[in-house]
Amino acid sequence: MTATAALATTKPVLALQDIRKTFGGVVAIENFSLEVYPGEIVALVGDNGAGKSTLIKIVSGVHAPTSGSISIEGQPVAMASATMARAHGIEVVYQDLALADQQTVYMNMFLGREPTNALGLLDRRRMIAETEKLVTELDVRIPSAHATIRDLSGGQRQGVAIARATHWASKLILLDEPTAALGVAETAKVEEIVASLKTRNIGVLIISHSLDQVFKLSDRICVLRRGRQIGVRETKKTDKNEIIAMITGLQQS
Amino acid sequence: MSSTNNGTAVRAAGLAGRVNLQQYVVYFGFLAIFLFFAVVLKDSGFLTVRNLSNIVLQTAPATIMAIGLVFVMSAGEIDLSIGSIVAVSALAAAVTMQTYGMVPGIAAGLGCGLLIGLVNGVLVAYVRLPSFLVTLATLGLFAGVSRSMTDLRSIPVTNEFFTGFFGSGSLLGIPSLVWWTVIAVALGHIIYRETRFGAHVLAVGDNARAASVSGISVPKMRLAVLMISGGLAGLAGLLYAGRLQAAKYTLGETDLMTVIAAVIVGGTLLNGGKGSIVGALVGSLMMGMLNNGLILMGLSVSDQMIVRGLIILAAVAVSLREKSR
Repeated sequence: MTATAALATTKPVLALQDIRKTFGGVVAIENFSLEVYPGEIVALVGDNGAGKSTLIKIVSGVHAPTSGSISIEGQPVAMASATMARAHGIEVVYQDLALADQQTVYMNMFLGREPTNALGLLDRRRMIAETEKLVTELDVRIPSAHATIRDLSGGQRQGVAIARATHWASKLILLDEPTAALGVAETAKVEEIVASLKTRNIGVLIISHSLDQVFKLSDRICVLRRGRQIGVRETKKTDKNEIIAMITGLQQS
Repeated sequence: MSSTNNGTAVRAAGLAGRVNLQQYVVYFGFLAIFLFFAVVLKDSGFLTVRNLSNIVLQTAPATIMAIGLVFVMSAGEIDLSIGSIVAVSALAAAVTMQTYGMVPGIAAGLGCGLLIGLVNGVLVAYVRLPSFLVTLATLGLFAGVSRSMTDLRSIPVTNEFFTGFFGSGSLLGIPSLVWWTVIAVALGHIIYRETRFGAHVLAVGDNARAASVSGISVPKMRLAVLMISGGLAGLAGLLYAGRLQAAKYTLGETDLMTVIAAVIVGGTLLNGGKGSIVGALVGSLMMGMLNNGLILMGLSVSDQMIVRGLIILAAVAVSLREKSR
């Protein structure tokens, strides 16, 4: 229970307090509060339409909450755009990965944030070196940093997207269904990569439909139903039956 | 490189098997056409220095336009209006020069190109109209403008510095049109391949959503490429006016198809995300050589158009095959 010991002493990287979001008159999220600590993987589960995507968009700066507060390492922040979220050290791995398929791995790693040299030209050497270092650290098995994305398998692409997020995220990574489109072996590989993120002292918020995966990877599970937070459980102290009951609303408590 | 050994040998072998045909097709095509004409037209003067340098000089405006189109197509857009920007810019320069002198004339010519590019760009990037339709409309619109500007008359350009600088002059023994081509290709290549701007253009054409969530302003990039294209078409108009010492509404009229063919043959994908400035240069030279050879072979203008059309068809076929792999 080293994780729990750490929780007591460190500040949460992300703290959501009483988040409420309405679209017109429709309430999408209500009374949602959640804290994610460094080195912790929190899973966000819920049925379709429970509000997971809306929450991801709030944390990634796409939607501003109607009310409630977002704090990063204890500092309340206003996030009006995805760029601001990134500036706060929050990276998102989108379901569609947001990779430019015809560009190289290293150009994708630095997409929109390419380093330049003194002449203002692209610093390819640095991009390639940093890409290879990270890809090796995370054990993402790609032919080389020069490989074109479209020549990679689904698992390799997912690996590149996670590596990119890892490179830039100083506080939190959001993973939206990271293995939805992958086969068994590739899923296992991506899960390995996600699990290794814990050693990097950043928070991970993962959305997944696979309860097996959630139980394998997460430290805590947060259940959403119809825009409301049903509860947060420590993964080790709960079981699938309880989580399923919470997701479907058949829980007696 | 250290990640290569982890059981990826099979994948690497698979990659080697996928030779990127489109990237090199222009060089083989160029060589093949050159050799063909060199043999067939050996007695018609194709291989003379004079004829070969003529090809380079004649293709200069098309090459300059092609550079702009590489940027536009790499961003996933198209610019058809370059076909009429050439004439409008040349006429604007010629008319302005008659009363106000050379510098205002040059400014008017380039300004027209940039302005039309701006109009295209705003409509495409901010009003979100498809670039094909917007630039098709401005192509027609400004073809009309160039005709009405001078009642179909040709406007002479007599300023000697202008005609030397943009046309028949030379520096260090190298014709100015060659200078323009070399400088434009070199600058274009560096901006396209070695700057963040070029990388962002490719990202927008490749996956606009990915570019957008990565903090790249997609509308700004779309506006920028269309302005580059308009500005370079304006420059092409000045080069025509300089070389021919006159401006007329017919300038650049037949260039649109040639330029599109040169860019596609040169390895730029129609749907964006990938392209080559040097490829476009070779493509443009190839189209110029083709024109030249077909004329020397005695083909009529209509036959030349048919052959050019067939080449574009072949180029597009290769391009789409590549994309759908």
